[in-house]
Parts: sequence; C-alpha cells; structure tokens
Amino acid sequence: MNKFNLNNSYKAVVIGGSAGSFQGMIKILSQLPKNFPLPIIMALHRLKHVRHGFVEALSIKSVVPVTEPYDKEPVKKGGVYLAPANYHMSVELGHTFALSTEEMINNSRPAIDITLSSCAYVYKDKLIGILLSGANKDGALGMKHITDKGGLTIVQEPTECMIETMPKSALAITKIDHVLKVDQIVEFLKELDKQYK
Amino acid sequence: MQDIDIADLKKITELIFQKYRYDFRNYAMSSFKRRVLRILELKKLTVETLLKKLNDTPGFIYEFLDELTVNVTEMFRDPGFWRILREEIIPGILLNHKQFKIWHAGCSSGEEVVSMCIMLKEMGILQDVNLIASDLDTNILERAKAATYTLKNMELNEKNYIRFQGTTNLKEYYTEENGNAVFDKSLLANVSFRKHDLVMGEVFNKFDLILCRNVMIYFNQTLQNEVLKKFHESLFKYGYLAIGSKESLIWCDYASRFIVVNNEEKIYKKIKD
Repeated sequence: MNKFNLNNSYKAVVIGGSAGSFQGMIKILSQLPKNFPLPIIMALHRLKHVRHGFVEALSIKSVVPVTEPYDKEPVKKGGVYLAPANYHMSVELGHTFALSTEEMINNSRPAIDITLSSCAYVYKDKLIGILLSGANKDGALGMKHITDKGGLTIVQEPTECMIETMPKSALAITKIDHVLKVDQIVEFLKELDKQYK
Repeated sequence: MQDIDIADLKKITELIFQKYRYDFRNYAMSSFKRRVLRILELKKLTVETLLKKLNDTPGFIYEFLDELTVNVTEMFRDPGFWRILREEIIPGILLNHKQFKIWHAGCSSGEEVVSMCIMLKEMGILQDVNLIASDLDTNILERAKAATYTLKNMELNEKNYIRFQGTTNLKEYYTEENGNAVFDKSLLANVSFRKHDLVMGEVFNKFDLILCRNVMIYFNQTLQNEVLKKFHESLFKYGYLAIGSKESLIWCDYASRFIVVNNEEKIYKKIKD
C-alpha cells in the first residue's frame, strides 16, 4: 500500500515553482487532504511589484487558505504559506518566518533557493522538497541542500512541465528521490497524510 | 556555496562587538548567515582569514559593514504607501503642527529620503520639514548624500513614481551624468545625514514621523523589542511609525502603545507614553 515508502517523521513540505507551475500548484492545493498535518511553504516566482492577486488566485481553489506570512510569524502545522512579492522568505531555527529584501538571486525575489536552503537547514531530514516547472535554475541549489541534509526530494516530470529547465537543473546537480507528474505528487501527499492519521 | 555554523557566526559577532562596538549578536540568523557567506565569497575569505582580517586590518570593518548591511532599496517603493502618506498621514500631522520632523532610520542609499523630499516639495511644505536620515554604514551615508543613482535603476523608480501619481515627471528632479541620475541637491537642503546605530545608539531627538521600512526584519525578536522601545521614545505622542508592508509589531512588547492607522501599509501611531 505504501508505494512511496513514507513514514510520519516529516515536519514540513517546501515547494518551488516558476513559469508553468501555477496550474500544477492549483491542482496540488485543491486536492490536498483535509487537515493535512504539515506546513506547506511555497516560493513561487511572481511579479515583484504586484502585491495582490496571486495569493487570492491560489486560495480560491485551495483546500486551506493560502497566506503570505509576516516577518517573525510562527510556522504552523497545516498552514499553507506563500513567499510575498519582492521579499525573500526563510524559516528560522525557532520555526518562524524571516523575510528579507536582499539582492535578487537568479534574477528573482523571492528566490526559491533561499527558501529551500533555509528549510533544509532547519528541518534537515524531516523535510520534503518539491520543485515544479520553471524557466531558470533557481531552486536547483536549494534541492541539493535538501538532499545533502537527508531530506526527501521530488521534481515534476520534465516532459509534463511547460518549461523543464528548473526540474532538469535540479536533476543535473543532485540526487532526486522521485520524478513525478502533478497527479502523482497529489497521490504522494495523500499517502503522506495517511501516515499521520 | 560553503556553509558556516552558528559557533563561527558567534565568533565573528563577538569579535566585532568587543573590538568595534557594533552589536550583531541579535541579528536574525538566516539573513545574517547569508550576508557573512556572501562576504566570504566576495572577498575570497574563510572564517579564519575573515576573523584575522577583522582583528588586524584597520578600516576593514567599514568594508565589512558596507557589505553586511542590505542596501537594496527603491524610490517610492510601494507607491500605495506614499499615496497614503501624502493624502492621510502628513495632512494629519499638519492639522496640529505647521512644522514637523521626520526620521529615516536606516536610510541606506537614501532613495526613500529623496522620495520624501520630492513628495514634500510637491505638497509645497518641504521648507517646513526637518529631516534626519541615519545609517550605521558611513559609506552608504556618503552615497545617500550624493543622491546619485545609476540610470539602470531609474526605470523602476520612474514606474513607482508614476504609480505614486506625482505631480510632474521624475526626470524634472535630476540630471543625467555619466550613466547616473544626479538629483537636485536643493531637495536635500533640510536633511541632516547622521551616522547612527539603532542597536547601540541613544535616542537623540523627538519626531512626528519615523520611517523604518524593511530594516527591523534583519533583527531577531529581542532586538526588535529594544529598537521599538527607542522608536517609541523618539516619537511625540500621536506621532507615526511606518514599517515594511510585511512587517508587524504584534509580536513586540511595546505593541500595545501603538495603534494601527493603516494595516495595508503598516503605519502605526503612538497612543501611550
């Protein structure tokens, strides 16, 4: 039954995505099991100077309302969080969010690498990292950090991606545990959810 | 990218505190770590050689501070914020005082200071306002005084100005020289630039409005509490404090001495001494 060989030791799921990831993200959020036990932390490339609209668009279909955390806001189990426009988003050791306005990385703010790497540092082998479609290499290094700390990594099946550069860049520099289509990622999260019930 | 452990970061902050009296011990860990890693990479140093350089090379601390502090800013960042200032906050201050004082705490390269002066000029009250712009980094203060920005950044600044709905064209306020936009110095006639460290520095004046946007995000909660206490003391009763759009005072000890006057743009008002 346990196709992905999962257990209930995980503490967080972090997801990165860029061009072509929106539909996949919507699918994942709309089919999320009720009372999903872990926080979902998303860093998605977005327009830097448009503060509104994106979180609302994700929330419409999502089982759990998506919020853009404030600096120092505690990470809650079951919360679904999106990195706000024009800020990098990290998680601190005390499991609170930290925002920053540092230089852009890979031409992006929020940068996926920053969110993924900080989560890898904090959650270590208790982290699941997912990287979806995108047109640049942001996120690849972050996925490597997750692997290096013993976390579990998933990239979207490149053939399914609107733009495959992002998952391919991650596959090129680190070991990825699963290469899955969005439907399989949904299945994966459902199975993960079962481990906690 | 190399990693750096907390023990090494502590060695660095302790050395800087003991030797130079800058206190980074309560900076937010995630960004502080990235800043130090960035310096190691930029200057081709290891933790050991960085410590040695900080200890042995006079003047290196200033280079270090300049790279450590985050100096990414824009003119009229969050145009909606500037519109609220112009249409609600400043008129509110003017009801009670014809002349007033503004503090830009952590002004960096001064884009917000220039924005403020342009806005006040367009409101016809620039001559009635006294501004203090402070930062702990002396190099960046020099850049703020020069009010000179690369033309490459002006595209975004101009877009922000248009969204702010200024009364003219941003180009009216600067001349182009060698790939730079050099702003009219008369705009800054009422601005005093001052080296001031929010962590170690004393309260030095009283203000009607303090702008400190996206600065306290680099501090941990303990330090935020201390700095907010200083801002509280530096404000007249019913004075305003503006912080970044994704910052919040709700986790701070002194939060109850303020009310939110604009939640979207995170503008607070001091209501209790």
